[in-house]
Amino acid sequence: MTEREGKKAGIKELSPIDIYKLLPKTNCKECGQENCMAFATKIVNREVSIDQCPPLRKKEHEKAYKQLKEMLKPAVKEVVVGVGEKAVKLGGKLVMYRHEFTYFNPTAIAIDVTDEMSTDEIANRIKRAEQFSYEYIGYTLKLDMIAVRSTSGDAEKFKAAVKKVAETTQLPLILCSLNANVLESGLMAAPKARPLLYAATLDNWKDMAELALMYNCPLVVSAPNDLDTLVSLAKTLLAYGVQDLVLDPGTFLNDGLADTLNNFTMLRRAACKGGEELAGFPLMGVPMVAWMDKGDTAEEIVKWREAYSAAILIVRYADVVVMHGTDGWALLPNTVLRQNIYTDPRKPVAVEPGLKVFGTPDENSPVFFTTNFALTYYTVASDIESSKMNAYLVVVETEGSAVDSGVAGRKLTADKVADAIKASGVESKVKHRKLIIPGKASRISGEIEELSGWKVLVGPRDSSEIPKYIIDKWQP
Amino acid sequence: MADKKKKEEDAGLPFSPDLLELLAKFQEIELEDFMLEAGDLELWMESGALPAQLLPKTKAAALKAKPLALMATKFLPPIETYSGKIAEVKLGGTKGEGGTRGKSIIIGGETAPAFYTFEKPVLHPPVVTLDVFDMEVPLSKAVKMHVKDVVGDPAAWAKLAVEKFGADMVTVHLISIDPLLKDATPKAAVKTVEEITQAVDVPLVIGGCGDPVKDADVFAEITETFAGERFLISSITRDMDVERCAKFVKKNGHVALSFTPMDLNLARELNRRLYDFLGKEDIIMDLTTAALGYGLDYAFTNMERARLAGLMGDVELAHPMSSGTTNAWAAREAWLKMAPEWEPRELRGPLWEVTTALTLLLAGVDLFMMMHPAAVKTLKDVTAKLVSGKKADTSKFANWVSLKP
Repeated sequence: MTEREGKKAGIKELSPIDIYKLLPKTNCKECGQENCMAFATKIVNREVSIDQCPPLRKKEHEKAYKQLKEMLKPAVKEVVVGVGEKAVKLGGKLVMYRHEFTYFNPTAIAIDVTDEMSTDEIANRIKRAEQFSYEYIGYTLKLDMIAVRSTSGDAEKFKAAVKKVAETTQLPLILCSLNANVLESGLMAAPKARPLLYAATLDNWKDMAELALMYNCPLVVSAPNDLDTLVSLAKTLLAYGVQDLVLDPGTFLNDGLADTLNNFTMLRRAACKGGEELAGFPLMGVPMVAWMDKGDTAEEIVKWREAYSAAILIVRYADVVVMHGTDGWALLPNTVLRQNIYTDPRKPVAVEPGLKVFGTPDENSPVFFTTNFALTYYTVASDIESSKMNAYLVVVETEGSAVDSGVAGRKLTADKVADAIKASGVESKVKHRKLIIPGKASRISGEIEELSGWKVLVGPRDSSEIPKYIIDKWQP
Repeated sequence: MADKKKKEEDAGLPFSPDLLELLAKFQEIELEDFMLEAGDLELWMESGALPAQLLPKTKAAALKAKPLALMATKFLPPIETYSGKIAEVKLGGTKGEGGTRGKSIIIGGETAPAFYTFEKPVLHPPVVTLDVFDMEVPLSKAVKMHVKDVVGDPAAWAKLAVEKFGADMVTVHLISIDPLLKDATPKAAVKTVEEITQAVDVPLVIGGCGDPVKDADVFAEITETFAGERFLISSITRDMDVERCAKFVKKNGHVALSFTPMDLNLARELNRRLYDFLGKEDIIMDLTTAALGYGLDYAFTNMERARLAGLMGDVELAHPMSSGTTNAWAAREAWLKMAPEWEPRELRGPLWEVTTALTLLLAGVDLFMMMHPAAVKTLKDVTAKLVSGKKADTSKFANWVSLKP
């Protein structure tokens, strides 16, 4: 297995020179970069798009532009669902493994409603989806889409439900019915919203293709656990003129879980490593099938199963998932997981050590320390910031270890803390000598006192308690 | 197409020239495709299901032609071959082997990435070892409710883990030996381990306190006393006397857990040092597990890379991997009482742990050190389903669209 195989130019093979050769080489700076070479470097890193080069869009560069587009084409096509600000991009993946580059377009999470729910229930579920919001190290985690399913099979009911949904939310929609007449009826209630249509099957593909073309919508291709049929349908639909496809190889959570993982993995590998264009579309997972064999199972168990299944799908290449449960406890781990998996692995694990200043501290303000592991630092920093307190934070170089693992692994030691305090210059900024240390570093509190000469106050084990701790305990 | 026009009007969709242009363009492409891919055309013509009058006979008809039947093609499974194989490591020595364990457990031996069962079946399913502490430690509420009766009694705790929670193995965390805590003696640690070996007969993991000198002293005593039990010694780190530790592990027939802080070069380096004394079959590696939300991305990618490298022939990384999945509980979202919309934490916490575990399962972890019984059960269930490879009833899948929960 090599990282460089495949028909299409793999991500690693593109060098800035390859791009530079095709640029107009005007060094006009219209793109905002210093020169064309700098722009080419940013292109290779996918930090800018070639569309940001105005000269390239001129007629005489058309050939080069097209060539560049082809060179930069992702292995998995980027499919846009919805319109306007809330539109979501699915797919657009360049690589199979995130360490090969980075993943783009985090897995979209859709919450379902049906055409047999009361208008209140529809409104409530949309509200829950829209109001889901969690602040996590500087990011706001949100849900992305609403799936409207026809459980009635009645065209008019579906139309009414879609109308209600489209009036209530700007979130992009997935319209679900295997009956093209029902689906079209729903589409008429949101004709310009560019919803994702679910789904073209062996039985209905022609009608679905017509709808996708007529309303300019992306279309899901469904062939449960049958990849031959799935790619055959994709090939047929492409020939039919439907360009924006999403592939659904079926989601099976009990018997068939191994097949499900295999299908997602094989499709993604065929696209990224084998240059197989028919596999090069976003993949859809349906964790809400957990609700299908519910039986007498308690709802909490079903929600639990749906939640962990979503996690498996997020890790194994799903670009969009449909979920029924709306509980925060079940969705939070998945939105955090998605954020983690889609973080750019090229970003450093550590932040710069040194003194960080919060608010406008004076000589009586509290002094904390933490490690230079990026996540530890951002967590502590956001807790201090959100409390609006004035404080100093000494960031100790721990080779990117968190507090507990730093203490256990001897990356966070008393002499490192003492050195960091000296080097930070905080001793000239405050007149007290009281250091608040993380609760998880309490084991080395005595040694820190000895080596630094500061009085150590053992702070909370979790930085969310810092504001309360300061109110209750802090006296310079 | 009059019908189409009407539909568009109904939908309030303008009969846009753009759309027409777009359609015309697609049809051109389509025609090109047909001409270039003669094979497809044949297939399409031969499909036989088409009434003769629908076949495109004239050029005009061909221009407008959209496929009328499925253009059948095959998906070629992208099978790859790997030059490397992950070492197989046996844990737990049985009576015949000089130990007292009821059975041994073998992990590792992979010849394909984790659960790529389209390439290779799973040889040894991943296993779970449950945490048992030798003294009171801060535990989250969600965990404490399940173990509160046995905290402080490691033998009873171990029994509960095996008999009630289905643990394959038990990890004895000798926290009390920490010089900065109770500074318990190696003899006291031996006594704790002795009690646990009597209480359960599964293979054991022996966990230290993190002090490189004290851990080595305690491990020396334990490996000697329990020679032949084939414990996993958790862990050997770079700042320990690696030679001394490797020697007593080897001499007494145990297994070393080679622990490094999220850096594959350091992992290789430590493994190389261990190779002077230990065989490949005596080493499991722990590349550090960070919690969901607190660095899981680094842990995941590090492990995924290590496994792929091992399979591609990097023998220094071709070891089974262990994960301290319990670290998931370091995330505040796992244990903190939060606003009502995120409750109950009794479910959020174990889900946090199982999400961390499943993510790393897919990166290739062979041995999970875990905490919450529900998380353990789920991980074992998922693993069993993946290993069984049972086929789904595909005819029912589409029913999700019309499902009434």
